[in-house]
Amino acid sequence: MTGALYLAQPFAQHALIAGALVAVTCGLIGPFVVTRGMAFAVHGTSELAFTGAAAGLLVDNNPIGGALVGALVVATVIGALGVRERERDSAIGVILAFGLGMGVLLLSYYRGFATAATNILFGNIFGVSNDQLLALLAIGMGVVLVMALVYRPLLFASVDADVATARGVPVRLLGFVFLVVLALTVTAAAQVVGTLLVLSLAITPAAAAQRWTPNPLRVTALSVAFALVAADGGILASLASTTVKPSVFVTSISFGIYLVSRVLGPRLTRRSRRADADTVVSA
Amino acid sequence: MPAVRLRDASMAYAARSLFEHLDLEVAPGEFLAVLGPNGSGKTTLLRILLGLVGLSAGTAEVNGRAPRRGSPDLGYVPQQRAFDPDLPIRGRDLVRFGLDGHRRGLPFDNRQSRARVDDAIRSVGAERYAGAPIGFLSGGEQQRLRIAQALIGDPEVLLCDEPLLSLDLSHQRAVSELIDARRRASGTAVVFVTHEINPILPYVDRVLYLVGGRWAVGTPAEVLTSEGLSDLYGTDIDVIEVRGRIIVVGSDESAPTEPGGHHHHHHDDHGIGPGPGRSRGTRAH
Repeated sequence: MTGALYLAQPFAQHALIAGALVAVTCGLIGPFVVTRGMAFAVHGTSELAFTGAAAGLLVDNNPIGGALVGALVVATVIGALGVRERERDSAIGVILAFGLGMGVLLLSYYRGFATAATNILFGNIFGVSNDQLLALLAIGMGVVLVMALVYRPLLFASVDADVATARGVPVRLLGFVFLVVLALTVTAAAQVVGTLLVLSLAITPAAAAQRWTPNPLRVTALSVAFALVAADGGILASLASTTVKPSVFVTSISFGIYLVSRVLGPRLTRRSRRADADTVVSA
Repeated sequence: MPAVRLRDASMAYAARSLFEHLDLEVAPGEFLAVLGPNGSGKTTLLRILLGLVGLSAGTAEVNGRAPRRGSPDLGYVPQQRAFDPDLPIRGRDLVRFGLDGHRRGLPFDNRQSRARVDDAIRSVGAERYAGAPIGFLSGGEQQRLRIAQALIGDPEVLLCDEPLLSLDLSHQRAVSELIDARRRASGTAVVFVTHEINPILPYVDRVLYLVGGRWAVGTPAEVLTSEGLSDLYGTDIDVIEVRGRIIVVGSDESAPTEPGGHHHHHHDDHGIGPGPGRSRGTRAH
């Protein structure tokens, strides 16, 4: 079988490692993205990571560095725009549309490989170099470390901002820290599934995990597990297929997990939920 | 030592004065209701005690110390609010936040934290639904867990910001009784902001009434009188007692109604019959 042969190749091993790193970071932040109602912010950040990547490609042939800068700039702008959700979303929409246009403009000046543009948009997991792998590893470790430190107060602030403020939790600062973590994660995820499909790893696994339990730690663990299955499962499937891009498999598996969770997850109806919740042992 | 002490305290935003030269001491175990129309500074008073904003002048103390953010001396019970049913947070997670939600790290359970959360849940009688997602709890259930959340750290002072709002009558009574029982058992002082005194009238020791820069402090019988409130509002107010409930009626449309929109024309607030010797303050000119 061809897929098994590929597994001995460095490009496939790099892809699987990169996929796992990205899955862990996305799975970790996903529940917070959902809880904080920031799906659109993730999308906006990744679209502007595309603009940054296009600029990076043009200036320095370095799309990852450009994407990182782009995502961080957007995170800062979103953070500066304040906390009001409705206002935030329209502002993100405005910036997103303009940024995407700029990205297209920048790419029109690019005279390198024609696939570079589609790689940014739809991912290039099999083209991960040693350097890029190290960069992903650094980003992944940074995200995991920060999330492990801020998890509890961030959860408090995300769910219950008023009481968290009263208890002395630095709610706004944590919101900004989370935006930076989000920017890093989105940049890394864009390598695997591309900037257009980041949501399939940053939102879908978390949304699926919520269908199974109301316990926040378990939701996080499930979200990471689902993201891992989708990312590395998608990469393995594309090794076997060779014609279809891995992003297609990653997004399809992720969506499949979500569908199964919606149908089979115990928290389906209002009536059943309380009874089910009673059976959940405290973590 | 008083649980809460304000000395010559004044608070103003821009040109608008919320209160001036306010002197107030709340003893341990005392139940103080803070009344007044919207925008009169009730919630600001709580924010001062929480250390979130500073006084314009004067001093504030909580348990003998200047207010500071995140003080373990304080418990805080907010208004009931709607949570998304999909939110992956259980009632017991909400209670747990009160224990160590501000600390860094991951909220893993250990035997001690689990026991304390269980105790807090039991103390408010919420065992049956503490494992359910909070988006599926009724307002009364949510507020019971809020009280458990606020009390799990054994605070000296319990600050409540309209905790009965949008609860039905039986839940209003149940939640008020819980707070009353706690302050009697543990000597926790209660500062209870509300626009509706009737549900807590049986438990209230004293009332702080804030109106447009003026204030009055005393027992409900002292403060909630036609004469006293007319004086505070600067217009004719009638305070009527009906079947143990207090009804406050303004003589005209402008009277104890809230500035900026909808008003409760006869919002049933407040105290009983005339009484002597209240302290009060007025706007300085």
